[in-house]
Amino acid sequence: MSAPPKTRPKYYEFNLAHHWPPAVLSIFHRISGGFLFFPILPLALWALQATLASEDGFARWHAFFSQPVAKLALVGAAWLYAHHFFAGIRYLVLDTHVGMGKAAARASALAVFAAGLATALVVAWRVW
Amino acid sequence: MVSGPYTKEPVGAHYGVGNWLVQRFTALVMAIYTVAAGIYVCWSAPGSYAGWKALFAPGFFRLATMLFVVSLLWHAWIGMRDILVDYLHPYGLRLFAQAAVAVVLAFYLIWSVSILWGR
Repeated sequence: MSAPPKTRPKYYEFNLAHHWPPAVLSIFHRISGGFLFFPILPLALWALQATLASEDGFARWHAFFSQPVAKLALVGAAWLYAHHFFAGIRYLVLDTHVGMGKAAARASALAVFAAGLATALVVAWRVW
Repeated sequence: MVSGPYTKEPVGAHYGVGNWLVQRFTALVMAIYTVAAGIYVCWSAPGSYAGWKALFAPGFFRLATMLFVVSLLWHAWIGMRDILVDYLHPYGLRLFAQAAVAVVLAFYLIWSVSILWGR
C-alpha cells in the first residue's frame, strides 16, 4: 500500500449561494446547534433560575425583555431553536426513507426555512 | 471477506450507531416536550410571577422539564462532539474542548436540578 499524497486536493465552496437548499439547511442546522449550546442554553437556564427564584428577579427580567434590543435577541434565539427543530424533524423523516428524491428534498428544505422564519415572526408578534 | 495478518476488519468502535440513535431519540423527546410545553405555557399565559411559579408547581411538569433537559444535554454532547471532530483537528486542543464541554454540561445538569427542585 502506498502512502497517501501529502497534499490531498480539497474542494471547498464557502459561498452558500452556490449550494442547493438542503446543503444550506444542513450547515444552518450545525450553526444553530452551536449557538443553542452557547450562549442560548446558559442564558435560558439563568433566566429560568432568576425568574423562578424571586418576584424581584421576575420583574427584572420582565423589564429587561421590554427593551427592543432584548426582544430582537429573543426573536433571534427563537428562530435558531425553531430552525433546528424543523430541520431535525426533516432529518427524522428522511431517516424513514421518505422524501429522499431530489425534488422532494429541495422542497422540504425550503419548507423548513419557511417554517422556522414563520415561527420567529409569530414570536415577534407575541412579544411586541 | 478478505482477512490476512495485515488487514483489519473495517468495523470501527461501534459507538457511532449508538450515538446516531441517541441523537434521534433525544430529538424526539425534546420535540414532543417543545410542542406540549409550548401549548401548556401559552394556554396558561402566565403574566405574573405567581402565575409563572404556579406553572412549575406540578410535579409532572418538573419531571417532564428535567427529562427535556437531560435529553438536551445528551443531544448537545453528541452534537458538539461532531462539530469538534469535524473542525478542531489538533488532538490536544480537541481533547481540551471536549473535556470543557463535558464539564459545562455536567454543571448545567446540576444547575437544572437545583432550579427545578431547589429551595
